Amino acid sequence: MFTEYVFHFLSIMALFSAVMVLASKKPIHSVLFLTMTFFAIAGHYVLLNAQFLAVVHVIVYAGAIMVLFLFTVMLLNLNKDERSLKPMWVKIIAGIAGGMLMLILVGVFREYDVQSAQDPMTTQIGLVKNLGKILYHDYLLPFEMSSVLFLTAMVGAVLLGKKEQI
Amino acid sequence: MKLILILIPLLPLLGFLFLGLGFKSIPKKVTSIVGPGTILASFILSIITFIHLTQQAGTQSSLFPHSDVYTLFSWISIGSLDISFSFLIDPLSVLMLLVVTGVGFLIHVYSVGYMKDDPGYNRFFAYMNLFVFFMLLLVMGANYPIMFIGWEGVGLCSYLLIGFWFKNHEYNNAANKAFIMNRIGDLGFLLGMFLLFTTFQSLNYQDIFSQAKGMTSGNGTLVAITLLLFIGAVGKSAQIPLYTWLPDAMAGPTPVSALIHAATMVTAGVYMIARSNILYVLSPATMEIIGITAITTALFAASIAIFQNDIKKILAYSTISQLGYMFAALSIGAFTGAMFHLTTHAFFKALLFLAAGSVIHAIGGGQDIRNMGGLRKKLPKTYWTFLIATLAIAGIPPFSGFFSKDEILSKAFEFNHVTWFALAVGAFMTAFYMFRLFYLTFFRAFRGTEEEKHHLHESPAVMTTPLIVLSVLAAIGGVLNIPVLFGGENWLSGFLAPVFADAMAVKVQPAALSHATEWLLMATTLAGCLVTIFWAWRRYVKQENGLLPDEAKRSLLVQLISKKYYIDELYDFVFVKPSLWCSRYLHQVVELRFIDRIVNGVGQVVIWTGNTVRYVQTGNVGFYMFIMILGIILILFFNILI
Amino acid sequence: MSNLATIPIEYYLVFCSVLFCIGVFGVLIKRNALVILMSIELMINSINLLLAAFSAYTNDPAGQIFVFFIMVVAAAEVAIGLAIVVLIYRTTHSIDIDVLNKLKW
Repeated sequence: MFTEYVFHFLSIMALFSAVMVLASKKPIHSVLFLTMTFFAIAGHYVLLNAQFLAVVHVIVYAGAIMVLFLFTVMLLNLNKDERSLKPMWVKIIAGIAGGMLMLILVGVFREYDVQSAQDPMTTQIGLVKNLGKILYHDYLLPFEMSSVLFLTAMVGAVLLGKKEQI
Repeated sequence: MKLILILIPLLPLLGFLFLGLGFKSIPKKVTSIVGPGTILASFILSIITFIHLTQQAGTQSSLFPHSDVYTLFSWISIGSLDISFSFLIDPLSVLMLLVVTGVGFLIHVYSVGYMKDDPGYNRFFAYMNLFVFFMLLLVMGANYPIMFIGWEGVGLCSYLLIGFWFKNHEYNNAANKAFIMNRIGDLGFLLGMFLLFTTFQSLNYQDIFSQAKGMTSGNGTLVAITLLLFIGAVGKSAQIPLYTWLPDAMAGPTPVSALIHAATMVTAGVYMIARSNILYVLSPATMEIIGITAITTALFAASIAIFQNDIKKILAYSTISQLGYMFAALSIGAFTGAMFHLTTHAFFKALLFLAAGSVIHAIGGGQDIRNMGGLRKKLPKTYWTFLIATLAIAGIPPFSGFFSKDEILSKAFEFNHVTWFALAVGAFMTAFYMFRLFYLTFFRAFRGTEEEKHHLHESPAVMTTPLIVLSVLAAIGGVLNIPVLFGGENWLSGFLAPVFADAMAVKVQPAALSHATEWLLMATTLAGCLVTIFWAWRRYVKQENGLLPDEAKRSLLVQLISKKYYIDELYDFVFVKPSLWCSRYLHQVVELRFIDRIVNGVGQVVIWTGNTVRYVQTGNVGFYMFIMILGIILILFFNILI
Repeated sequence: MSNLATIPIEYYLVFCSVLFCIGVFGVLIKRNALVILMSIELMINSINLLLAAFSAYTNDPAGQIFVFFIMVVAAAEVAIGLAIVVLIYRTTHSIDIDVLNKLKW
């Protein structure tokens, strides 16, 4: 029963802050609400027995990505209150489109017969030891490849961010 | 040994690449060395191969190792189809190698003089080398596809060389004609190969022949295969009904006529049938068809040749007629006789063409024998060589043609008396038209213009030397296969025997002729020939107005023959005109009104749509996102629906 | 800890769909490139969560591994995306995507 309460709490928190990301006028507020969403999702990971994932999520998203966003906001001095929204009719159409998408997604998932967990959950798979074994054994090549991706992204970011024209 | 075999066809190919790529930047002196030089090298290598083969015969217990296949590399391998690029060396292919490279070399040397002032000198030798390459491939291949490469290649070179002086529209038409006629035959060859593959699951000579050996005579599939292959041979070797390209092919330079359209390429059909001897022996129905076609061709072409006035056209019809002899020999199972005649024919026909070229060269381009005459004094070397060649082709002993023709005739007599009679009549006609040509060209007074008379001169040594060498060959070529009758030992028959051994085992051998009969036959044909020669002499040398002008009154039959039986006109009417009309109709109605409009319409619709739809590309990122989301929604929506 | 069974997986499905649609909605209505990037992060996170949920419910660690890889790609994407935003700002002095409409017919 307790877990169900936690789940509802976290869900509502995540959804509320997600809506606030869009609703707030200043980008800096959006960033802060986004951080809140991320923490709520991290809580969900813990609920799902994916502890290691939760930790990594906090480090990567709340730590690295949020800092990047904040720095960009500061760098561009974007904290002015500007008209960041589109005209009304666009909002209405977007609302209809987004709503339809949600309806259809929910409809699809209802249609799809999900097999509920038959087994009592082991708490083991989310631990570092298990994930590490799989990651370094079955997924070694993609893991190594991702380092190349990171290097490329780093070089690209530096090149794009340089002051002088290339 | 393998290296030598690779080099034999490779050298002419390299020569072609060198001359063809260098084109105009290579000086004529270099061309004159490279062009004939590569062929000479191939000739020498062929002789080495020949010696090797004969020595092998001595060391091994069997006569010849029939299975001397040298595989260079695997070429095509798909499923059960496995074609390797391999060469077969056996007496038959070695004989052809020697003929092709030997005669080819002499003609190359001759061309150095003949083509001296031609602007396309390098191009000429490049084509000639390419031709020799393909011809060698044709005779050396160890399976049908390799032969087919050569087969198509020589057709291509023939096309290129007939249309060598491509500025003349007529010549181009002649080249097209040759190409298209050959293509009809090639289709037969190709279909024959397909059928061979479906029947035997292989295209290698050895696999096919060893399997075919066990089949019953008259097997329907074999008959179909052999008929299709024979259609190929009909196209390439200019038999009825596909012969009309050969006389027109004389548009090319004379050495080309000598090499391609007399000595080598046109004999490819004979070689192919001789190679497939076992298949043909097992299908008597095909053999009968070949026999009828061949004899008809031999007589038909000979009769046309009597009334022709163009020196090269007479020789062309003579070639067709002689090819008819070879096919007739094949049809009665006298494969050795056919190959023997092929060899001697290569000698004397090449010689005839080259000598004719020398005559044309002396006159300065004219080819009409009515405007020649009296050239005996002016061109002594040409005269003597031409005489030897004429005696050879007419079958006068002891020249080579006598032996080969006599062998065919005696074999024909063994087979069937009607065949013998028809062929003998052909031989008389040959003797007549050849001596008509000879007398009109070299005897009596010169009938050309004063200017031409002034121009008359003997050809340079580079042209006359090949003539002399060839005339020696044409004179003594008969020693290859002197019959037992004259105390010879039938060397060529023994040499080729292993190739035809299987076929001979299958074939029913008619009783050999007694020597007396052979003597009688020989005497009959010889007497007939001498009579016709004498008749020609009386008519064209003695009689004052032996040469009738074109407008003179002629009997209906003569009129018919002198117009070549109107075969060209007939083909024109039956095939060319309707297809032209059909094409015109298709062009004007179907092409212009329907296809063009459809194609243009499609283009216009695309242009119109593009012009309209491009405004969707607003450049607004938000709009694109909308569209994307819309697409996702639609996909999911349809997913639910379906 | 092991009382996951009390929460049916349908809950996660609905929650993630709603979160995803909020992200979509944000992408559609916002003009600020920075906020659009954030909306994309929201979408990515909803997917991640769903993968982790399925991984837990089917007892298969591969789902969590995929989450790691998605994180890798997301991090790289954000780094590049923000660099591009900075560059855009430097050239146009705005990060309004409606200004960026030069690439059209």
